[in-house]
Amino acid sequence: MIGYFQEIFTGLWSLFVGMSISFKEFFSPVVTVEYPYETVTMAPRFRGHIDLVPDENGATKCVLCMACERACPSGCITIEGEKKEGEKKKTLTLYQLDFTRCSLCGCCVEACNFEAIDFSKEYNLASTRKEDFYFDLLKRLQEKRQ
Amino acid sequence: MSEPIHLLPDETFVLNVGPQHPATHGVLRIKMRMHGEYVAEAETVLGYIHRMHEKMGELKTYPQFLMNLSRMDYLGALAYCHGHVLVVEKASGIQVPERAEYIRVITVELNRIASHLFGVGSFVMDLGGFSPLMYMLQDREYILDMLEAVTGARLTYCYYRFGGLYNDIDDTFIARARAFIPRCRESLKKYHRLITENIIFRKRLEGNVYLSSEMCRKYGATGGVARASGINFDVRKNEPYSVYPEFNFEVPVFTEGDSMARYKVKMAEIEQSLRIIEQGLDKLPDGPIMPEKAPKIIKPPAGDYYQAVETSKGSFGIRLVSDGSKNPYRLKLRSPSYSNVSLFDEACVGSMIMDAMAFFGSLDLVVPEIDR
Amino acid sequence: MNFSLTLFNVVVAVIIIVAFVAMNAAYLVWAERRGAGRIQRRPGPNINGPFGLFQPPLDGLKLMAKQLLVPGGADKVLFAAAPVLAMFPAITSFVTIPFSDTLVAHNINVGLLCVFAFAALGSMSILFAGWSSHNKYAMMAAVRAISQSVAYEIPMLITVITVVMISGSLDLREIVRQQSGNIFHWNIFPLLGNSHNLLMPFSFLIFFICSLAETNRAPFDLSEEESVLVAGYHIEYGSMGFGLFFMGEYANIVVGTSLATLLFLGGWACPFGLFPGVWWFLIKVYALIATIIWIRWTFPRSTIYSLLNLSWKILIPLSLVNLLLTAGLLKVF
Repeated sequence: MIGYFQEIFTGLWSLFVGMSISFKEFFSPVVTVEYPYETVTMAPRFRGHIDLVPDENGATKCVLCMACERACPSGCITIEGEKKEGEKKKTLTLYQLDFTRCSLCGCCVEACNFEAIDFSKEYNLASTRKEDFYFDLLKRLQEKRQ
Repeated sequence: MSEPIHLLPDETFVLNVGPQHPATHGVLRIKMRMHGEYVAEAETVLGYIHRMHEKMGELKTYPQFLMNLSRMDYLGALAYCHGHVLVVEKASGIQVPERAEYIRVITVELNRIASHLFGVGSFVMDLGGFSPLMYMLQDREYILDMLEAVTGARLTYCYYRFGGLYNDIDDTFIARARAFIPRCRESLKKYHRLITENIIFRKRLEGNVYLSSEMCRKYGATGGVARASGINFDVRKNEPYSVYPEFNFEVPVFTEGDSMARYKVKMAEIEQSLRIIEQGLDKLPDGPIMPEKAPKIIKPPAGDYYQAVETSKGSFGIRLVSDGSKNPYRLKLRSPSYSNVSLFDEACVGSMIMDAMAFFGSLDLVVPEIDR
Repeated sequence: MNFSLTLFNVVVAVIIIVAFVAMNAAYLVWAERRGAGRIQRRPGPNINGPFGLFQPPLDGLKLMAKQLLVPGGADKVLFAAAPVLAMFPAITSFVTIPFSDTLVAHNINVGLLCVFAFAALGSMSILFAGWSSHNKYAMMAAVRAISQSVAYEIPMLITVITVVMISGSLDLREIVRQQSGNIFHWNIFPLLGNSHNLLMPFSFLIFFICSLAETNRAPFDLSEEESVLVAGYHIEYGSMGFGLFFMGEYANIVVGTSLATLLFLGGWACPFGLFPGVWWFLIKVYALIATIIWIRWTFPRSTIYSLLNLSWKILIPLSLVNLLLTAGLLKVF
């Protein structure tokens, strides 16, 4: 009989303790970042999709060694180059990233010995069309230069 | 018009829970034969999110498979990555610098806390309490921000490399990790007052679906599920790996075998993980994070290698059969949730559907990890 | 002449009541979402209008724009009747609930009885919805709701009898009049005023718990348990069918808290004995509703058997003892 009343009492008490906690939380400041209106700054090491890194002249550092293409687990990098007349090395004509398959592992960045690619800080990537995710990185680099 | 349903007193009906159901936390289907509110028979149907990670392991080279591990259990991903790098390092005989190993342990334990917080929070949400989940997500957010700053990702980390780490931790990370420990201890007190001592919660969980230790052994359950049934098994203690032997921590074991015990194991493990992080930050040695002669191409000698690690869900085993080539011959991933979910069918029979679903939540399952 | 005036009165009263109930239901949803947000340290709806105040009408518009689907195999008549029946008892209850000494649609001397008669209809709407939906989840929810309703109506009525015994009237206006004066004359506080019953706070607690269970509110919202029954009895309802269930839930809460205010908290009486009026009644009602929202966002859901245990093993015996002691105390004093 004592146990019966004790249980009712301790039970009620635990409910009041719980309510005191949520009461305290009610008057605590809001912690939400209201996303489209506010944004957080991305961490310096944030791994977005890759981007070509420009050299001093704003041109690409890529020498078409294909190390990134080989390193990529999902085969989402396509590189094409051509040998122009009077030049020793090939020049980059196409650097395409198929972002629909990219899993942001960073293997390509690690594989690159020339620091030609790096992570971008973009995360606002949403679209209704698949084609929007085939990034032509060389074009992006040229646009950035202008 | 279909005929109205006439049920005889002892007639049963089939209730199809899932694949899209709020309680299954993903695409898992449970076919339940119900006798009124009581479960007469249950059958979990798996495979809705099977992605052939094991086959991918055979087709990809070793470094290319690194990122797959974090896609298995996205809540506690680092422990799975840890298992993978450990087995490849064991196979190819790569020496890991001590600092790298310490950082691995610290980040794994932080990730374990994040996983447990989310596991407990979503479990409480299954029981109808929504606010505790939001409080726990706040603490988890702190950990994720911390890990994002050093690894570059919030959930699908690709941080460990064969031989070491992708990049080193900095002073900000250490300062934030140190600040997190008292903060988490403080909020653990709050959770105990809000959840553990709450009469409604206790009434629901005490005695809810008893799991005997025999049953856990029969189905190969590990982790918190087994430790709540009195099986004192933790890979970190029983088959020590990495630098865990240098840490002083306890393995929480409860003998009740009910959902309350499974919940308590998780809460106690958070405390133990905090202890490990504290010691790790104190002991953190200086030095490189990658060995000086890290091999560029990983080609382990032919052989059969196995490594088990303790993840937040249980013991994760990874078996690597190498034929000396650039790709593994076979990569078997033994995921803990798969064993833990398989005992659901037998254990929940005879309990009410509310209790069965509470028990399901207490198993702390992550469906992509079950299906791999 | 006389007839048309009465008709006019009736129409005005009905419009005011329906508007009051509907506005309450809409803005309590807003209050609940804002309150829940603050408890969970997020802002809640705050985009549409100042403090998100345009959210409920916009939600209503969205619901009205949706197609009303009737599932195959459903009992069409009951399926359509159930959402209406969810709102109907709440609205009719307000006919006899006095807001102040003069502000009442139609006062009858058995007002309390009338409110309970209509409130009992509320669980019927859940039963109809669950049965007619031709859905196993909905059916299970309906069965739960009925057993819950049966279990909690008994202690609730027994507790109300203690109040009726003290005031000696079923007229809600009369019950409040006897509590007029400052805070110590209210029924919840014993010794002063008309209640010499020391157990009155205790009666209030039982009444409050029972009204939570009667209105299917957390921690007793078993018939809409989302983690097992997905959405419970209104799983097959979309459009305004769902909207009416949603509003009906809040309308029933307003009825329950109004009754608690009238029976225990002195109705429109001021705590300091000054300026009694309808505003005091509303303040008390909304304070109780805030408590209900606060409770919902703090606790997990109870189970069906511990819910029934609470009723049959704790609340019914205690309320019976309460009734006996009250009767004894009334004889002594």
